[in-house]
Amino acid sequence: MALIETERLTRLYRLGAETVQALADVTLSIGEGEFVAVMGPSGSGKSTFMNVIGCLDRPTSGSYRLEGETVSALGGDALAAIRNRKMGFVFQQFHLLDRLDAFGNVELPLIYAGMDRARRGERAAAALRRVGLGERMHHRPTQLSGGQQQRVAIARAIVNGPKVLLADEPTGALDSRTSIEIMALFQQLNRDGTTVLVVTHEADVARYASRVIRFLDGRVQGDARQAPTDAAADLAALRRAPAPEPAGAAPCG
Amino acid sequence: MRLSDAAISAVDALRLNKLRSALTMLGIIIGVAAVIAMVAVGGGAREQVVAQIRSLGANLLVVMPGNITQGGVRLGSGAASTLTDEDSTAIAAEVPNVQVTSPYIRGTAQLIASGVNWSTSVFGIDLGWFEAREWEVERGREFEPEEIARGAQVALLGQTVARNLYGGLDPVGQELRIRNVPFRVTGIMARKGQSTWGQDQDDVVFVPLNTARQRVLGRNLANARAVGAIYVKVREGESLAQSEDDVKALLRQRHRIQPGQEDDFSIRNLADIAATREASARTLALLLAAVAGVSLAVGGIGIMNIMLVSVTERTREIGLRLAVGARRRDILRQFLFEAAGLAAIGGAVGVVIGVAAAYIISNAAGWPLLIQPESVLLAVAFSGLVGVFFGWYPALRASRLDPIEALRHA
Ligand SMILES: Nc1ncnc2c1ncn2[C@@H]1O[C@H](COP(=O)(O)OP(=O)(O)OP(=O)(O)O)[C@@H](O)[C@H]1O
Ligand SMILES: [Mg+2]
Repeated sequence: MALIETERLTRLYRLGAETVQALADVTLSIGEGEFVAVMGPSGSGKSTFMNVIGCLDRPTSGSYRLEGETVSALGGDALAAIRNRKMGFVFQQFHLLDRLDAFGNVELPLIYAGMDRARRGERAAAALRRVGLGERMHHRPTQLSGGQQQRVAIARAIVNGPKVLLADEPTGALDSRTSIEIMALFQQLNRDGTTVLVVTHEADVARYASRVIRFLDGRVQGDARQAPTDAAADLAALRRAPAPEPAGAAPCG
Repeated sequence: MRLSDAAISAVDALRLNKLRSALTMLGIIIGVAAVIAMVAVGGGAREQVVAQIRSLGANLLVVMPGNITQGGVRLGSGAASTLTDEDSTAIAAEVPNVQVTSPYIRGTAQLIASGVNWSTSVFGIDLGWFEAREWEVERGREFEPEEIARGAQVALLGQTVARNLYGGLDPVGQELRIRNVPFRVTGIMARKGQSTWGQDQDDVVFVPLNTARQRVLGRNLANARAVGAIYVKVREGESLAQSEDDVKALLRQRHRIQPGQEDDFSIRNLADIAATREASARTLALLLAAVAGVSLAVGGIGIMNIMLVSVTERTREIGLRLAVGARRRDILRQFLFEAAGLAAIGGAVGVVIGVAAAYIISNAAGWPLLIQPESVLLAVAFSGLVGVFFGWYPALRASRLDPIEALRHA
């Protein structure tokens, strides 16, 4: 039994008389511990797929089983509980609450899990240390760099020990070096047992995954396994020869 | 989500926009302050009316001269001199169930005792006064019947007069000049406090009725036996209304008033006066209740408005919270708590301001301050309810947002 199994998963949007097929007959299975890159042109249904897998959205038809449980049949509260306990979301825009510090942001999922304050404190602090922000727990998002903000968001995603980490273009707003750092962190989490799905436009980012699924017009167009590049090794190489940044780096000129 | 966490989160959200929160609370603050002041003022006024009726003496009718028509011009109550001490005697003798009557005249005069000046009310009374008004002599003695009959130059002092003229000294037996006429002080009256009209009833000096007429206030030129008013005390348990009718019939007969002609006197009973007072207190209370109701409603709508704005502003936050596992009812509760918190804090501030206002009003009007803890609790609870009521719709809207669209919100 795979962790994620979908069968003819379809998601339609009705816009007046027109119907948009955001997802069409997607049948996939993703095993526990995989690191999947989801690729495809804009509007091909990547985000829609992630939202359905993350239980933020429901399919129009088809079925979705998570750990053997048919999720598409569950009610709102049950889906909220799945998002809280089994899913961790990372977004391109971070989506941190500015009025809370890093610690407060990471604590949020634990609050909705109904955990008491003492245990929340331990877990949130551990998650922040894990993403390398042990020293920045009481900084607000506005006092952190983009990469640090995304780390806070990742700490928030993993604080409840999720089965699946879902990242929709997590490096879209970051420079290439910071992107590699984030991917290194994902590889680390993946090695520790978390299944990771990353939506990306960049082949450079997809290199770090062990499987690449390509979408086109809401359908699966390609699905291939590959030997992942080690992000930590890339970082070490960068540190040794820092001079020329890889292509597509920091915007200049 | 735990309730305590929801409450902490609500307070945090309110603190973030302090000025906005304060302005939003304003309507509730005014509404609750009005309710508190209303209940306190209404209660204080009622309390005072009851106390004053008790201080005037129960079962009392007041007969006043009045309403004689002279060439088509109606003169005001008390302007005429149609009432005499003989009327008083007749009422006592002929009307059944009358316990005692007390005719009196009053005026103001300058008092001098050992070089100290004091201007006060002078009452000319007879022996019926003490029983009719249920007012006793605290120290010294009442007038003797012989002193009343003769018009002796003896005086009884109210507490305020005694204090102002003699300070701490005992005035009993001392000499006193009223309009330069020498009097001997026979005693001091018990304390009576304020009257229904807010006057200090202890700022007074009593002398025998005839003495007042002959030596102090002067004879009424139209009618030498005229009195200012007559108190009629009816026996406990007997009908005040019946006695009122009887007194009226007797006086009409004595004054030879033809059927169809108007009375040349008026009778008031203290229950009527109390009812009038209570009615005006009730009017005030209604007015305040209207102010309270309107401003609570306006305050509630203000809360609804601000909460709608807040839901729109925080759409992305709501989406994020849903994504990390908030249930719809958690979102609903979060915004309800904020609305109720706004209203309840506004209510608490309103209570403080209302109590202060009640204190100032009752001080100015000379009423006792009467604040029931229940009314304070009720006000805070009610304003919280207003918050929940008007916060419901915005909270419901927040809880029904689609998480994906909310996250995409600009
Ligand atoms: N709320 C919506 N209402 C109508 N159509 C929608 C809605 N959301 C998505 N779509 C449509 O569904 C299709 C897939 O959208 P989706 O966001 O999944 O694409 P994507 O692959 O994530 O694109 P991008 O790379 O630009 O993020 C698109 O054609 C889009 O227009
Ligand atoms: Mg997308």
